[in-house]
Amino acid sequence: MKRVNAVIVGAGAAGGIVAKELSVAGLGVVLLERGKWYTANDCRKDDLRNQRTTVLGNAFGPEDEGNPRVWVDAKGMPHTVLPSEGAYQNDAACVGGGTLSYGAQAWRYLPQDFRMRSTYGAPPGSSLEDWPISYDDLEPFYEKAEYEIGISGDYSATPFHGPRHRPLPMPPLPPGREFEILEPAAKRLGLHPFHIPMARNSVPYNGRGPCMRCRWCCGFACEVDAKNGSQNTVIPTALATGNCDLRTECMVKEILTDDRGRARGVSYFDANGRLQEQPSDLVVVSGCATESARLLLNSRSRLFPDGLGNRHDQVGRHLQGHHYTGAIGFFDFDTYDDVGPGATIAISDYNHGAPGLCGGGMLANEFIRLPIHTVDRLPTSTPRWGLGHKQAMRDWHKRSIVIIGPTQQIPTAEGRVTLDPAVRDKWGMPVVRISGNVHPHTFEIGDVQAKHAEAWLKEAGAVKTALMAGKPETVSAGQHQAGTCRMGIDPQSSVVNRSCQIHDVDNVFVIDSSVHVTNGGFNPALTIMAVAYFASEALVRNWKGTGFRS
Amino acid sequence: MTRRQFVAVGAMGGAAFAIGCKAPKQGNWRFLSEDQARTLAAICDRIVPADDFPSASQAGVLTYIDRQLTRHYRRHRDAYRDGLARANAMSINRFGRDLAGLVSEQQLQMVSAIEQEEPKFFDLVRSHTLEGYYGSPRHGGNRDGVSWRMLGLAEPPPLGRTQYGLRKGSGE
Repeated sequence: MKRVNAVIVGAGAAGGIVAKELSVAGLGVVLLERGKWYTANDCRKDDLRNQRTTVLGNAFGPEDEGNPRVWVDAKGMPHTVLPSEGAYQNDAACVGGGTLSYGAQAWRYLPQDFRMRSTYGAPPGSSLEDWPISYDDLEPFYEKAEYEIGISGDYSATPFHGPRHRPLPMPPLPPGREFEILEPAAKRLGLHPFHIPMARNSVPYNGRGPCMRCRWCCGFACEVDAKNGSQNTVIPTALATGNCDLRTECMVKEILTDDRGRARGVSYFDANGRLQEQPSDLVVVSGCATESARLLLNSRSRLFPDGLGNRHDQVGRHLQGHHYTGAIGFFDFDTYDDVGPGATIAISDYNHGAPGLCGGGMLANEFIRLPIHTVDRLPTSTPRWGLGHKQAMRDWHKRSIVIIGPTQQIPTAEGRVTLDPAVRDKWGMPVVRISGNVHPHTFEIGDVQAKHAEAWLKEAGAVKTALMAGKPETVSAGQHQAGTCRMGIDPQSSVVNRSCQIHDVDNVFVIDSSVHVTNGGFNPALTIMAVAYFASEALVRNWKGTGFRS
Repeated sequence: MTRRQFVAVGAMGGAAFAIGCKAPKQGNWRFLSEDQARTLAAICDRIVPADDFPSASQAGVLTYIDRQLTRHYRRHRDAYRDGLARANAMSINRFGRDLAGLVSEQQLQMVSAIEQEEPKFFDLVRSHTLEGYYGSPRHGGNRDGVSWRMLGLAEPPPLGRTQYGLRKGSGE
């Protein structure tokens, strides 16, 4: 195969941006994606098969067939799990990755989120650390992401955000009924409610129309293509340069290295299952936290017997996502207006500064709910089945509000991805093995967040409430997975430098949520995008034809 | 059976009978035998009984489960085969008849007993019943979106509306 400048592994939030930045700068790029390229026509509005409710499988991959993982429970027992099961910690496998079907919340992290260890100190047993880059370093790239991807919203009602130079490019959608119920209640509590920033057109933008506000949002591809992900923004731009070759249904097997320890390309299984080699000057790994770690660990050679970038046993560690907690409130009036996306209002008052707690998280109302979501979200006194359950569905489906939020996880070195010694996928490759948990302090923070959510619902008039604050026996990585190839200055305790370049190998980059040192108290997509722009800028700046100025 | 249930069964069940139970021979179901289907219907219809709106089986839940047992739920085939056999054995042991042959009150007792004594099987059937009843009609359950209409949701949902069509307080 013809040698190219760069191979990018994974066409998700980060990979799409890197492909665009590199191909616009004139580099020849091959973008490899294990999944398919879906479009708005693939929006099936299937309540039982999407990326959120997966009882009949993932709509946008991976398929249950041939893609197992292993989850090790708290007692050390391994379980083989399917992509449609929660313990798998799945992220979509398709062009656009999670951004095809996400709810599209598009948050900037707060300045403190990049300095967690300096702000709080590391709790014993945790691996809480500072990022080697700051909010100010990322700010121009957050802005670039907001304008190139297309974000609507309005931060003006909250003081809890970092400095910004420009407002968001689109106004928020008109408020739904839950917004109108929750906003005055939050203000009475002295909080600062505001419109959630969303990668969603509220007005025509980027050649596509606005959200039509349907019931099938988070977990679904958008029927009118009003949700903005890499698949309908940066990837088409990359392809239009003529410098980018997107190859779908291609699963990368390993990063190939030469005798001097530099990458010389990748090998991959193409759509027909044939093993191919793609030579390249550099390799960018953007496969999401679990799969990027797996690829590095599977790329073993004489010089890298434990996997690429893994000289100090750091690849796969500090796996984290978000610990979601909150509350559900039941009302004696209709709260449901059948107007998507439902999630509209948030507060960031509780992200930082609570005495005795190392952080917190944003709280927002939940996305618009489908009936299948309500069957197990009824008042605690409801019978689980029978006429009482059926009646409760009628009583409460339109009369409940969920407030929930991503508690920032306190990472540990033991929450990690390794390779399973026995289980193989359909290509015969060792699969991801997930073990460990978050630090127990995460649960303490989450419990406090749930009580804040409940207080807000009560103030809004809820006649009954129930806390939603479990203590899962696993890291909750899932669609917010991060942290397996930590960014840092010290090669002994991190995998990549501040430019997302592997310490050991100067022509291999990891650019995706894997490099997040901590994961903020917000949905991570916009930060993944900002880091991708930041790292791409450094990569292009240091590129010298076939090598690096370093 | 209350008058209300009788009316509902008359109205909704007629259609179900026409589709599901006309010819009691092999071939109505992809996986289930007729006996298994009758037993499963008895359990599903206690999980979502008929009232003003149809029961689980009347809304097509058996079609949903049967179809998925040949697709995504192939891995649950043994659980259904064994669970339904045990449920009938329990019923014969307690009441001298199989589950489908019991009167409504006895079925209710039996399903409570299954929930207690076979919790894994019961939870599986409960989940699948609620999926079939409240999920998308495309999979054979929730026939004509009946559960969505029961909840007061527009069915079919309004299409093509934009924010410009939305007015505060208009309910749209």
